[in-house]
Amino acid sequence: MDNFFLFSGLYLSFLMVLSLYRAVIGPTVLDRLIGANAIGSKTTVLLVLIGLMFHRVDMFVDIALAYAMLNFIAVLAASRYFQKRKGLFGE
Amino acid sequence: MDIIVVFLIICGLVFFTGGAVGILRFPDFYSRLHPAGKLDTGGALLMMVALALFNLHHFSLATVLTGLKIILIVVFVFLSSPTAIHGIVDAGVRAGLGPWTRGEKRR
Amino acid sequence: MPATTNTRENTILHEPGQGSDPGVTPSTRKRARAFLPYAITFILLFSLWIVLSGKFDPFHLSLGLISCVMVTLFSKDLIFPEPGTEGSLRTWVCFIRYVPWLLYQIFMANLHVLYLTFHPRMMDLIDPRIFRFQSRLKGDLPLVTFANSITLTPGTITVYVSIDGTFTVHALDKSSRESLPGEMERRIARAFGEE
Repeated sequence: MDNFFLFSGLYLSFLMVLSLYRAVIGPTVLDRLIGANAIGSKTTVLLVLIGLMFHRVDMFVDIALAYAMLNFIAVLAASRYFQKRKGLFGE
Repeated sequence: MDIIVVFLIICGLVFFTGGAVGILRFPDFYSRLHPAGKLDTGGALLMMVALALFNLHHFSLATVLTGLKIILIVVFVFLSSPTAIHGIVDAGVRAGLGPWTRGEKRR
Repeated sequence: MPATTNTRENTILHEPGQGSDPGVTPSTRKRARAFLPYAITFILLFSLWIVLSGKFDPFHLSLGLISCVMVTLFSKDLIFPEPGTEGSLRTWVCFIRYVPWLLYQIFMANLHVLYLTFHPRMMDLIDPRIFRFQSRLKGDLPLVTFANSITLTPGTITVYVSIDGTFTVHALDKSSRESLPGEMERRIARAFGEE
């Protein structure tokens, strides 16, 4: 079972790399924001997986909860910030 | 029990794969939000439920509390993900970014 | 609805005058009903404290008790914004009954978007468009619930909701555009008692 968790964690990291491509290449700022949000929502699951691998779920679950909140607030703040910016098109 | 956990985790991974590939493949920013918003939420739900079930193997008070915390994360993701997606869409609309229509080249 | 809550508040205000004579059961029931939001808020907060702390020694439990009582007294309108208690209570019960159907719809939406994502000729299948429609829901909580449900279900994202119930929605393809407002609006209207 531990091996299964390990490989699903590795696969999740691979998917995060795919999302990172969109976050780096994305033509507009908001595309980058979507990539960052996707990475964050995968990280929340990955943290709980890591906790199961190290047999310390009780500690890692708190970190995952804090990370979910941080991701939410970061995306909201960034989208509010870029709302008033020109240059969303050319970039 | 293990079979259910493995099945749920594989379903969640398929959903996450769809989310990542969809973010890469869809033509414009509005349609990229669809896989980012829905498939990630669904994948997170399935994988978190699977991990909470696996965590309940050794049944005791501590594992029950940890399972409840994982369910709390799922509830929080379900409340916050549509709100974050709506925030991003709102920023796009206010900046005057038009949606992609059929026949244009992809952005 | 507002008239009844006003009268109830008045009776509660005048209660100290009437409460002295014995055998007034309705007033005590009203007082219990006014006490109910405090109790529910306190129970929710305290269970959240227990789940998050995970310690059961008297020191941590008393700390949680004190802080939960303080937060309950400070913000009694945290969960129940209006004084009409039993209406809100019924609303929450109906809302919990609405959740399983929403989960099923989310699962179907995920399958739909998954099919679109892995389709080789995806660019021909999708037809994104922004459109608007008028909903007959009123009140903040039903509108927010409807907006979040739209974002979570088949190929649609809420762009903007105005206060009188006009929804601006970005839809991914034709079938998801035609599914609004349909079954979901009826279910939400029934769940919040606006039928």
